[in-house]
Amino acid sequence: MKSQIRKIIVQVDEVLQEAGQAVNPPTRRALAMAVIANPYAGKFSDNLDILMDIGEELGGLLGERCVKALGIKPEEAQSYGKAAIVGEAGELEHAAAILHPKLGAPLRKAVSKGAALVPSAKKQGTLGTAIDVPLGHKDAAFVRSHFDAMEARVSDAPRANEIVVAVVVTDSGRPQARTGGLQVQEIVGQDGLR
Amino acid sequence: MLSGPHGRDANLGVFGLTALIDVLRVFSHVEEIHHEFGPPPNAPLIRGAIAAVLRNPYAGSYHANILPMMEALNPLGVDLAKQLCNAMGVQPEAIQGYGKGAIIGASGELEHGALWHVPGGYAMRELLGWKGERAAYTAGQGAASTGQPGNALSIVPSTKKVGPPSAALDVPLTHINASYVRSHFDAIEVRVPGAPRSDEIIVILAMSTGARVHARVGGLAAQDISQWNGLR
Repeated sequence: MKSQIRKIIVQVDEVLQEAGQAVNPPTRRALAMAVIANPYAGKFSDNLDILMDIGEELGGLLGERCVKALGIKPEEAQSYGKAAIVGEAGELEHAAAILHPKLGAPLRKAVSKGAALVPSAKKQGTLGTAIDVPLGHKDAAFVRSHFDAMEARVSDAPRANEIVVAVVVTDSGRPQARTGGLQVQEIVGQDGLR
Repeated sequence: MLSGPHGRDANLGVFGLTALIDVLRVFSHVEEIHHEFGPPPNAPLIRGAIAAVLRNPYAGSYHANILPMMEALNPLGVDLAKQLCNAMGVQPEAIQGYGKGAIIGASGELEHGALWHVPGGYAMRELLGWKGERAAYTAGQGAASTGQPGNALSIVPSTKKVGPPSAALDVPLTHINASYVRSHFDAIEVRVPGAPRSDEIIVILAMSTGARVHARVGGLAAQDISQWNGLR
């Protein structure tokens, strides 16, 4: 494995009531994060191939951890998102190298299908920096009930030469979604948008 | 699950015993620690915490008698302890450290968090193999023992605070059988984004499968526990 992982963190956020209303079934969002060594920390490298390969490894590993934590079949996953926080000895482009070229394909395998773009966020940060991982429906980006975000944060990372990589998978939309727009039952699921 | 669709503005007087416990949200956090820049252990250390966000039935005004909620919290304590073991992917026998805590929303008071001491502590201890008499321990009469009288002998360390939404609480961890085991002194930061609102309270359990990942500062070692009194 090319990823040098210091720790893996998995969180599940289950909402049973919101604003005094029962949420039935409860909404559930799973967040999996890996704290990894940044192989390019402290130096400039034109070539970021190692990070692209790390992205490929982590897309599958973190996606599978989320699905497992939710206790669902891959096809029961509904929305997803990804993000990275680069420690101060790295550069923003390192997050891009992890997230964009290769992470998506194994993540889509973990959640089955995934016609839609995986929404993403990236930033540089320090220990305890929080990033809001954007979420969208995995097969149709326009589904309004599934636009959401989940906060990702590791209290002791990223250290200067580390990167925090986060993947979120849900089995639901927002707890009390009622702002209209494209509905789940109207998804065609071909173009990733509708 | 213990929650029910009770309105937030309902009059406290209408709630029966179980309705005192209204679970709004459950948040679990599991860490798998492979190293901290030193030699990796054979198996990664697993630390976890589970937090239940509850409606605080006593928020907004002073209530002299809050003990009914302590009794009503018992089933939730058992449920959360089991859910945390599941989330960590381990059997109760694998747990070596534990802790608990509470974060009370701004319309509540610190004392509301103290309601979690008995139901949180004993629920987790009984799941982990504690064989003592709860009533005797509550009265401060721990039985003298020879040899190891079960597991989870130590007091469960705790922290609590009144805080705003997204407040972080450092929940202490100590060895389950002897509080003085130095390798297992630890803490895990627990934070539920967006909670507690002012009329909510978060109750927390935390567990770990071992010592700090590179523990090496001496003191009482787990294999040298001999008094089985929860301390040494």
